[in-house]
Amino acid sequence: MAADSGHLAEQFSSAGQQEEAATLGIWVFLATEVLFFGVLFASYTIGRLLNPEAFALGSTHTDVVLGTVNTGALLTSSLTMAMGVRAAAMGRRPATTAWLAATVLLGVAFLVIKGVEYHAEYVEGLIPVVNFDYSGPHPDGVVLFFYLYFVMTGLHALHLFIGVGVVSVLAWMNARGRFSAAYHTPVKIGGLYWHLIDIVWIFLYPLFYLVARA
Amino acid sequence: MSGREARGGAPSATRYVLTWAALMGLLLLTLGSAYIHMGTFNVVANLAISVAKTVLVMTVFMHLVESRPVVRLAAMAGFFWLGLLLLLSLGDYLTR
Repeated sequence: MAADSGHLAEQFSSAGQQEEAATLGIWVFLATEVLFFGVLFASYTIGRLLNPEAFALGSTHTDVVLGTVNTGALLTSSLTMAMGVRAAAMGRRPATTAWLAATVLLGVAFLVIKGVEYHAEYVEGLIPVVNFDYSGPHPDGVVLFFYLYFVMTGLHALHLFIGVGVVSVLAWMNARGRFSAAYHTPVKIGGLYWHLIDIVWIFLYPLFYLVARA
Repeated sequence: MSGREARGGAPSATRYVLTWAALMGLLLLTLGSAYIHMGTFNVVANLAISVAKTVLVMTVFMHLVESRPVVRLAAMAGFFWLGLLLLLSLGDYLTR
């Protein structure tokens, strides 16, 4: 790839090497994120194994319409993010800003919808420790389901919030002319982080929204 | 000049849009199949579809299809260790 010596850090011998190091570095970080969420998925697996009816009951209290809309929004945001990285690689500054802004908008839409869901769950008395008021069968298993629901979707929402911040900054930096076809590594790195947030949700969605719909 | 060279090394937009369409199709599939009573196979189908979506996102949007082998190795590492965690944990709980 073309060298842009103005951005070359001292420890690298070429811009290409710098970009390769950045790419490998973000992937190592993403691997730690997979494990970070992974232990929660393992907890969910064991919880559901030991409390199948309770998890099925708990899942009926989630909003499948909002959950599905949110999944669609995040999948689309991965498209807009990838298109943004592509536009940056082609040196198209206004298009890059537009695609990154679209990604931010979709991320914000997701967070708003998540907030609406959390509010509904608050009103229904489904938040463990805060106001859990459930009188149906298998209360211990159902409270465990909602512990996992709020911790896992909450942690995901926090990551998404950070991602919205990162992509917003990238869009602003791009609008100010900081990136070009020769140097847009931060956009690529931000994109990889964003896609991982999408992947985490791809697994959260069926596990919390689609357990016992049939 | 090939199409890819003309775009400065960037992938085609068509490939991205087609991948997105496949992801939306898989989303509809996972939602729809959840309403068909298949017992244990419901969760198997849902997880298989999630894996398919993840493979699409990782290979196309995250550029693994055109990455160096060491990058692909790093990408797989997290899932490998997670797999070990699940394998050993389930090995315990499923045999009690």
